[in-house]
Amino acid sequence: MLSIKDLFVEVEGMEILKGINLVVKPGEIHAIMGPNGSGKSTLANVLAGKEEYTVTHGEVTYLGEDLLDMAPEERAQKGLFLSFQYPVEIPGVPMVNFLKTAVNEHRRSRGEKELTAGEFLKFMRTKMEMVDMHAQLTNRSVNEGFSGGEKKKNEIFQMALLEPRLAILDETDSGLDIDALKTVAHGVNALRNSGNATIVVTHYQRLLDYIVPDHVHVLYGGKIVKSAGKELAFELEEKGYDWIKKENGE
Amino acid sequence: MESNMSILIENTDVSLKYAAHYNSVKEVLFRNSAEEMNAHRKKALQDFITQGIPTRKNENYKYTNLQPRFSSEFRYIHEREPAEVDLHAVFRCDVPLLDTHLAFLFNGWFYEDNSKIGELPSGVILDSLENVAHNNPGLIRKYASLAQTEDDPLVALNTAFAKDGYFLYVPENTTVELPVQLINFLQAKESAYVTQRNFIYLEEGAHVKVISCDHTLNLNHYLNNSVTEIFAGPNANLEYYTLQNQHNYTTSLNSVFIHQEKDSKVTTLNSSLHGGLIRNNLKFNMDGENAEAFLYGMAFIDRKQHVDNFTQVIHGKPHCMSNQVYKNVLDDESTGAFTGRIHVVRDAQKTNAFQRNNNILLTDKATMQSKPQLIIDADDVKCSHGATVGQIDEEALFYLRARGIDEAKARLMMMNAFAYEVIQQISIEPLRKRINELVDKRLRGEVARCHDCAYNCEC
Repeated sequence: MLSIKDLFVEVEGMEILKGINLVVKPGEIHAIMGPNGSGKSTLANVLAGKEEYTVTHGEVTYLGEDLLDMAPEERAQKGLFLSFQYPVEIPGVPMVNFLKTAVNEHRRSRGEKELTAGEFLKFMRTKMEMVDMHAQLTNRSVNEGFSGGEKKKNEIFQMALLEPRLAILDETDSGLDIDALKTVAHGVNALRNSGNATIVVTHYQRLLDYIVPDHVHVLYGGKIVKSAGKELAFELEEKGYDWIKKENGE
Repeated sequence: MESNMSILIENTDVSLKYAAHYNSVKEVLFRNSAEEMNAHRKKALQDFITQGIPTRKNENYKYTNLQPRFSSEFRYIHEREPAEVDLHAVFRCDVPLLDTHLAFLFNGWFYEDNSKIGELPSGVILDSLENVAHNNPGLIRKYASLAQTEDDPLVALNTAFAKDGYFLYVPENTTVELPVQLINFLQAKESAYVTQRNFIYLEEGAHVKVISCDHTLNLNHYLNNSVTEIFAGPNANLEYYTLQNQHNYTTSLNSVFIHQEKDSKVTTLNSSLHGGLIRNNLKFNMDGENAEAFLYGMAFIDRKQHVDNFTQVIHGKPHCMSNQVYKNVLDDESTGAFTGRIHVVRDAQKTNAFQRNNNILLTDKATMQSKPQLIIDADDVKCSHGATVGQIDEEALFYLRARGIDEAKARLMMMNAFAYEVIQQISIEPLRKRINELVDKRLRGEVARCHDCAYNCEC
């Protein structure tokens, strides 16, 4: 589904990613862990198409196509979803308008009929239940006045509406209390099937108690320095990142 | 005297041309006009000569050079002229479900056949200012007392030339349920200079909503210098909506003076959708305790269009509240300006006065000048002002695109959101919906017309 080959990325002249290789297959959950500043969010953002990131080398193939050649909206329409670490507040853009436009842009790109307002609201209600989204939030502007937890929940709610093939969750667990964490994880698990895949980017192991990964990768200094099964996450939780840093010559 | 001299030296041929023009048409101006209006002409002319057509050296007109506009050749309309077409036939306001007391104005004059005013509540008057000045002069005893000719040359020039406009009177404790809608048409065979003078008088406890729409019916050049005086009695409530939708060869100069008595509430909301050069002066005098003033404005301009909003709110008594929100979207090489003056006089304690001006520049060539001016002579007040000039929030844009919304659509959503803060203040639902649509169209780059224009043009 996703194949990253020797990816180098610069932000404002600073080299952040220094040769990433990663293959994600349908049905898999990959966790990308690592200390702060190791390049985790950069990887998430570059996959979503953020423009400040310059790819200096390497290639990314998504569903057999060159991902880096696509505009952010095209990537999204083809099923790539980024759950933002810091979802943006957009005053004046009503949630319902935003969600309906997003869903219909996806449908249009697949050659499906756009949903009417009535159809959309019905569809939205079923998804709201799934992630325990309150109606009062959908009556506001996008993320406006949402608490940290509500913003993260809103990301998973959008994910439920857009039904992505590849979801990238960027620090979705940060700022969440344990109940919110469970709700979010429940939403992610409910959306899983054999045809889609998830990349969980996280600093801590605790989200992985609820979203169990098939593969765990440690990103350090812009490279994946270790890959293993889910047991690696426990090891990191226990020993911290210092041993990784030592192993890599710090 | 010395300062007057220096201004006189600055005064150019253009100003002298207007003074000379006054003398040549004096007889026409005085003829058929009521004494209440004629009494002010001479002083107004003097005040105009003292000040002259503003140059950029006039601090209040720093960002709008009116000299070239006034230098154009115009035919001056000083007498009522019959409309060549039946306005009812050529124009139908197509806002669905908008039921109003509808009156037309033609080149500044109250249209003779205003048959769509409908039935007004008892005692309410909607008529030509000229008629009221003749037939009921007691009602215009405040004429020219709210609009000071010493302070602004455009007001002085208007007062010297003024013959007609609309007059609206709402008696004590009377509510006009349906909005009063005034449609101001410009249509002349050649380039024309138009003077319009309006008066709105609300007695104690009167409530009314007014919608004033400006349209041009052909492509000739126009200069419209209009003055509107508004008196809001104690506990009166006025909503005053203005919609500016004229072609690029129009210079639209509007000075609105609002006097507020205690406990009154006045909301103004101006939408500049299209126009060549627009200057709006909006001056509030809050002269009673517990008065509230809300000033909203938005402009969407492109090409070489220019919009300049100048507001002045004088907090003359304690316990008053004013709030200003002005938003502009500027495209191409358009230019905009906002000056917001708040003056809290001595002893106007417990004043709340807020002001905000936000602007989006869509190109590198568009420019915006924003100038707050706070003069605070009382000590127990809450005042704030803020101005921003920027581009569309790139983070928000990326967020929308990352959800599959293409860039053009995402930008449009962001711009509509920017304007919506002002649009949502429109309390007349069909009008709010229509302005929302017109703004959306405007932001899409289509010509936002509210009716079937007679022209298909690059204007």
